[in-house]
Amino acid sequence: MNFDTWLPLLVVVSSLLPGLVMFFLDEGSHRLRTVLNMSGALIKLVLVGIITWGVFHQHIYETRWTLAPGLELVLHADTLSVLFVILSTVLWLVTTVYAIAYLEKSPHRSRFFGFFSICVSATVGLALAGNLLTFVLFYELLTLSTYPLVAHRGSPEALRGARTYLAYTLTGGVLLFTGTVWLYSIAGPISFVEGGTLNQLHADYHPQLRVIFLLMITGLGVKAALVPLHGWLPQAMVAPAPVSALLHAVAVVKAGAFGIIRVVYDVYGVEFTHELGLLTGLGIIAAITIIYGSVKALSQDNLKKRLAYSTVSQVSYIALGIAILGPVGTIGGIVHLVHQGVMKITLFFTAGNYAETLGIHKVSEMDGVGLRMPATTLAFSVGALGMIGIPPVAGYVSKWYLALGSLEAGMAWWVMPVLVTSSLLNAAYFLPILYRAWFKQPVTEWPNEKILPARFETQTALLWPPLITAALAVAAGLFAASPYSPLEWANLIARREYGL
Amino acid sequence: MIDILIWLVALPLAGALAALLLPRYATAIVISTAIATSISAAALLYAVATHGVMLYEIGGWPAGLGIALRADGLAALLLTMSALVLLASSIYAGAYFRENLLRSRFWPLWLLLWTALNALLLSGDLFNLYVTLELLGLSAVALASLAGKTAAMQAALRYLLVGLLGSMLFLAGVTLIYAGYGTLDMATLSRVVAAGPIAWSALALMTVGLLLKTALFPLHFWLPPAHASAPAPVSAVLSALVVKATFYLVMRLWLDIFSEVVIPQVASLLGILGAAAVLWGSWQALRAERLKLLAAYSTVAQLGYLFLFFPLLQALPAGAARDAAMGGLVILALSHGLAKSGLFLAIGIIQQRSGHDTIRDLDGTAQRLPATTFAIALSGTALIGLPPSGAFLGKWHLLSAAFSAGQWLWIIVIMIGTLLAAAYTFRVLGHAFGQQPYPRHPVTIAIEEWPALILTAFATIGLGLAGAPVWQLLKVSL
Repeated sequence: MNFDTWLPLLVVVSSLLPGLVMFFLDEGSHRLRTVLNMSGALIKLVLVGIITWGVFHQHIYETRWTLAPGLELVLHADTLSVLFVILSTVLWLVTTVYAIAYLEKSPHRSRFFGFFSICVSATVGLALAGNLLTFVLFYELLTLSTYPLVAHRGSPEALRGARTYLAYTLTGGVLLFTGTVWLYSIAGPISFVEGGTLNQLHADYHPQLRVIFLLMITGLGVKAALVPLHGWLPQAMVAPAPVSALLHAVAVVKAGAFGIIRVVYDVYGVEFTHELGLLTGLGIIAAITIIYGSVKALSQDNLKKRLAYSTVSQVSYIALGIAILGPVGTIGGIVHLVHQGVMKITLFFTAGNYAETLGIHKVSEMDGVGLRMPATTLAFSVGALGMIGIPPVAGYVSKWYLALGSLEAGMAWWVMPVLVTSSLLNAAYFLPILYRAWFKQPVTEWPNEKILPARFETQTALLWPPLITAALAVAAGLFAASPYSPLEWANLIARREYGL
Repeated sequence: MIDILIWLVALPLAGALAALLLPRYATAIVISTAIATSISAAALLYAVATHGVMLYEIGGWPAGLGIALRADGLAALLLTMSALVLLASSIYAGAYFRENLLRSRFWPLWLLLWTALNALLLSGDLFNLYVTLELLGLSAVALASLAGKTAAMQAALRYLLVGLLGSMLFLAGVTLIYAGYGTLDMATLSRVVAAGPIAWSALALMTVGLLLKTALFPLHFWLPPAHASAPAPVSAVLSALVVKATFYLVMRLWLDIFSEVVIPQVASLLGILGAAAVLWGSWQALRAERLKLLAAYSTVAQLGYLFLFFPLLQALPAGAARDAAMGGLVILALSHGLAKSGLFLAIGIIQQRSGHDTIRDLDGTAQRLPATTFAIALSGTALIGLPPSGAFLGKWHLLSAAFSAGQWLWIIVIMIGTLLAAAYTFRVLGHAFGQQPYPRHPVTIAIEEWPALILTAFATIGLGLAGAPVWQLLKVSL
């Protein structure tokens, strides 16, 4: 046992341990909780930095633990897992800062931060999962740890939302579990291997493999909010803003999308998936979801709901990228995993700021808010423009690669219209908000304005997180071509997946 | 080392007598007996793991003439799990009956039950099994009737009659065996039993008797009222251990002694009853209005899962896949034992603190007792079979065996059962998130909250992450 075999485990434990300790803390011990939270997040960041450097230089980090005969818990760092781990770690750090400020003096903070940390540990765990069993294990743990976060407020509405969330995700979990066991029973332990391993199975198994694929993608699609499995997502909006931010940007929906990437690329292999005739189906579902989410977002007056439907739509870009055969489409899908996360978390932070500072929950209440809260609204604008795909914010990079990939794969005739329509719709539901916020006359009185002692437009700790993530979103777009940018990393992943 | 076997029976028996004669010191006697017995159980587990099967012939008489005690991996595992549950429940009961005069009647019976349980798990011959079975049943009934209310008495009476009927059927089967083969020693029997009317009818009689006691659907009717009206620590032990003991005998009969004789169709029948139990029990648990009833019906369902293994084990050829499935069965049983006893203990705390266990009115209670609520959550994780519980591994192997054997029906049953379990668990847990006032210090763990927490954590985290030795131990068999 040396450091390399412990490192993946330590990355998971660095947030799990503080989380477990926090359950036992007094409600009043605010400072200790903050110290635990921040030190966990920073330690994780350092560990992840080491892993990133190592994976780039072809080091192998792997933790193994036998659970039962034939069932091993494997944490393994490869390029894809590193991408997701970095995203989770960085955004968790920012969200923790935000959440500490957001939840100040609200009840049940020990419980909240305890589950919050477990939730991130589960996300990092499934990112580092080296085989399907480990992935399923953390996937279910994620469901369990997010339920209390969604139900946190305890209002009847929150409880209802949490119940819906649970009903969807647990059903999805059972399907994924069944598919996984089935796959294990015909092919033995399924490790994630670049390029997939199932194409070696005899052709007699192909019908079974199709059914298993369907089971697993349905199970993963629930969290990734593929239509028609997205019903829980708008309802889970009742959660506190930092939870929504993390749920939409990293933890839950991304876990689903990430799982789909793993299944297609590292279990089945993208070419074999195509051979089985499954890729087109996935693409069609993704296209429908993209359009449907955008159309639904148009008519939402509740800001968080509009963002939620926008998530439904945007996350499916990832699935679309997977469905586009060829490395360029892959890059587009995978890089969007990061880009969407950074942009969407910005949007949710700012939505939380509006609600927390001025009591604004609806788009129709946002007239002139740009003058009252310029920094927040600036961050919001960056996120919104990125979602539409306007350079230099990161979103355009993803769309560019998706379009290019579809041309290369000869799928442009249906992918292009989807991309164009969706971008137009994105503009149609985001631009009016920007117009209202910047150019309309402010109302005389905000719905529920809080008198703050702060120097800035809102509490400092609420202001910095969206500004930082907005800056990241711009940087990811501006410096897309520089080494260690998400795009370059996605490039590396695609090269290794296709064995180029 | 061999003496451990005798200690495991003698210690609780001596403790029971001492507690009866010295009621004033009963609590201290029981706790120290519980600790000593648990240490012996752990020692036994260690001994079996390192030295293999343990055998002890009382008075030096060889098996067949004298009484022999023996322990293989399966027996040692169940015995250790029982010790853990009983130790935790003893500590809990000390607090539970603190102000209660029932205490003096409770403690001797409690240790008597432990004696019977250990003796049953260590017996290697069918007649001794019958005796221990009877002793176990009677002490269980006496404990169940302790609450003294009309409902409890009625339930206990029904429990008694069912138990007696079950034992009689079992005894009839034993008699047939003796008439047919001239021996009751299980090891010998497994070599000589041959397919034929004697073996079949004996197996049928004994199985029906045991199923009655194990409360397999549709013979489960007596269980929910009996388990739901007993005092909390008693419910815990009844649900977690007493039904498991009879299940253990079914396993011994079907997978060991009569494994060559069993007709596949009959094994399928057991599976079908198990499937019905999973669906019916879970559905009733979902509809239950009281927590204890929910827990009791959940036991009916969880026992059903165990019976799903029979047709699968029957169909799989001896080898790695079958061994893996066998381990799945045992870890599922162990995980249920720990989780369910923890659940009943937790419910007992809620009942004592708030005076009721109506699920609808749980809001305030669930928030005032976060540690207890957390124990219920851990227990629920194991009952649903979510990771990282031991039940997750058990269900994995159950499903895997079903896929390997191509028996698709069970897969659907398992999926539905899992979802129903999730539904009834979260129906309770939803109450932990209301908007009632909450304690400033989130976790105020009283002494009686610890046992529930430890048991459920063991089921959920201990067995799930460190369950691999179970499969190793099962290789040690007679």
